[in-house]
Amino acid sequence: MKFRPIALTATLVVTGASAALTSTAAFAQAKEQFFPALVYRTGAYAPNGVPFANGYVDYFKLVNAKGGINGVKIIFEECETGYATDRGVECYERLKNKNGGATVFQPLSTGITFALTEKAPGDKIPLITAGYGRADSADGMAFKWNFPLIGTYWTGADILVQHVTKTQGPLKGKKIALVYHDSPYGKEPITLLQERAKLDGFELQLLPVAHPGVEQKATWLQIRQSRPDYVFLWGWGVMNSTSLKEAQATGYPREKMYGVWWSGAEPDVKDVGMGAKGYHALAMQHGAEPNAKVIKDVLAMVHDKGQGTGPKDEVGQVLYMRGMISAMMAVEGVKRAQERFGKGKVMTGEQARWGYENLALDQKALDALGFSGVMRPVSTSCADHMGASWARVHTWDGAKWDFTSGWYESDQSIIKPLVKASAEKYMAEKKLQRRTPEDCQS
Amino acid sequence: MLYRENGQFKTNYRADQQIFPITQDRFAIGLLLVFAVVGVPLLADEYLFRAILIPFLILSLAALGLNILVGYCGQISLGTGAFMAVGAYAAYNFSIRIEGMPLLLSLLMGGVCATVAGVLFGIPSLRIKGLYLAVATLAAQFFWDWAFLRIKWFTNYTASGSVSVSSLDVFGMPVDSPQRKYLLCLAILIVFGVAAKNLVRSHIGREWMAIRDMDVAAAVIGIRPVYAKLSAFAVSSFIVGVAGALWGFVHLGAWEPAAFSIDRSFQLLFMIIIGGLGSIMGSFFGAAFIVILPIFLNQLLPWLGRLVGVEIDTALVSHTELMIFGGLIVFFLIVEPHGLARLWSTAKEKLRLWPFPH
Repeated sequence: MKFRPIALTATLVVTGASAALTSTAAFAQAKEQFFPALVYRTGAYAPNGVPFANGYVDYFKLVNAKGGINGVKIIFEECETGYATDRGVECYERLKNKNGGATVFQPLSTGITFALTEKAPGDKIPLITAGYGRADSADGMAFKWNFPLIGTYWTGADILVQHVTKTQGPLKGKKIALVYHDSPYGKEPITLLQERAKLDGFELQLLPVAHPGVEQKATWLQIRQSRPDYVFLWGWGVMNSTSLKEAQATGYPREKMYGVWWSGAEPDVKDVGMGAKGYHALAMQHGAEPNAKVIKDVLAMVHDKGQGTGPKDEVGQVLYMRGMISAMMAVEGVKRAQERFGKGKVMTGEQARWGYENLALDQKALDALGFSGVMRPVSTSCADHMGASWARVHTWDGAKWDFTSGWYESDQSIIKPLVKASAEKYMAEKKLQRRTPEDCQS
Repeated sequence: MLYRENGQFKTNYRADQQIFPITQDRFAIGLLLVFAVVGVPLLADEYLFRAILIPFLILSLAALGLNILVGYCGQISLGTGAFMAVGAYAAYNFSIRIEGMPLLLSLLMGGVCATVAGVLFGIPSLRIKGLYLAVATLAAQFFWDWAFLRIKWFTNYTASGSVSVSSLDVFGMPVDSPQRKYLLCLAILIVFGVAAKNLVRSHIGREWMAIRDMDVAAAVIGIRPVYAKLSAFAVSSFIVGVAGALWGFVHLGAWEPAAFSIDRSFQLLFMIIIGGLGSIMGSFFGAAFIVILPIFLNQLLPWLGRLVGVEIDTALVSHTELMIFGGLIVFFLIVEPHGLARLWSTAKEKLRLWPFPH
């Protein structure tokens, strides 16, 4: 039978390969800090996942080119999640103990964040979710291992409302439609927007869009019927450009559309081009920053040496920058931890956690890293795992993003009680205790 | 030579009707079970448990459930993901709303709720058949997807619609380590596997198969289609519901309806088609093929690349993985349209004659 030799070779290859796979794990060396990278370079969310992943990885290459973290070399490994929770969990399990143990995970997916939030405390690995994830995890006394650095969906939604109020007048009696990705990602801001709707007296219309977001005809028909004064866009991946195309087709003015920081990057508007002119989106501190010093460094020290990740002309775009900033904060946390646990040593996940909790990036440090003008200082504490909540608004002019507002800071008098209540509910459901002040010293 | 039943005489009906009539089979299965219960927990590392073995066991259970409906009773269903979701969300609601609800009981209650849902959506099967039924069961998929996204009560009013569970324990023993999770899934799978095997060899199983082969003829010889079809839906949904609850509770820990999307339904259907329709063994083969192979390929390719000194791009790995995986599905379906289970039994036939083929 012809099948036999094939089956035989297949078996041999499989057994040989699995033996070799297990043996490679033994080569882990000292003096290397391991950063796993959960990425998605394929699937419906790849247009946005790829630039983020490129920026994330390029920053590590830059740090290595500059001599590592106080001499400790960074190693990283990518694992493709495809934005799917079960594959993300598999990647997490695959990478968490590799190369001496993972420092920190940044899943870039709210769904995966939810799943890993349950696993990270047991494995003692911190999670950084810069600008996404659980909004209530800003409460560090409840979520010891989560770090939603420099912003959550709630601060984002709050700043959007502030900006619209400031530029368009009071919202009393107005109607805002939230077009959102029907997943934890899109649903997370609803709590805050409902609270703001009560306070400011506007009406909130909720319009969910099913994964992956290419089918929005019905949603925009509803918008045509109800004529909301403003549309907030809370999409990701192909959903964003589809929304803008539908808005164009329905004739909804793009000037009245406001996106969150995950809906305001080049891949979202590039295909729509002039059709998206006037569309505003939040900039999570930074926008597209082709002139930043760190970008010049990356071009000179990584890309010009032929080691860059992804196309060179995308370096410095919005999501590339976000990847860089996320990686930068991950590295700076380790640097901070080294100050306490020993300079030039490899930090464990537990030690890195202390670094993220005591992050103190002032203007001077940011300038030295080449991030001046890109972002504002961040300092975290035991109680505050977010560190800062600044944002600006930028507007697409048909070819590029331009800043069209000053800096806003989220209104903590509204968000704090919500965060506290939500965290309390989470802990009650899980029968967990708040951390004690003594625990903050560890 | 080794695998031969010559001389194994059956002297009573009991012996003649056992699940594994050949001594060598019994021996091998016994060894396999001992290995799974004792050997694997000693040998496997955490990654193997959490990323491969536990998903494999849970999806085997789901495939087993679906195989009863599709393979044994001939009712094509595309609503498996939905019934898993019903199991998971029902178990979640039982565990948080009733103080001190034991884990096993909430898992089983998840199964019971899935049974009710399954029977309800099985009613159309009395009038429609084949592909049309598949379309009708799609309704279940979309309905439950909608329900768990929109009806806030099911998710206990969480802001994001994602629910999570923690601190599992069985009879006072915390199920926290990967070994214990594995053993919990394995124990449940063994119980359901034995029960399913016995069900399909009983008069109920023969009714299902009669309906599958020709329902008019089955009705003529006195089998009630209503009873047979709905019982197949009930048993299948129960098992699938328990598997869904395990998927949420033990594997993911926190989940959203997307974990039980239409993709999951298709994945399970492919498992039993590739593994072998109407075969308990086939469910395991199919689950192994679909769960383990992609992950294996995903790790094999970068390793092969490094072997020849090339760093393969993550996206390329992921694309190649899909291509090879698809290619293998086509290959196996051409070589053996009746699934891996048939390949297995052909191998056994050959082994019986070996080394003297004539």
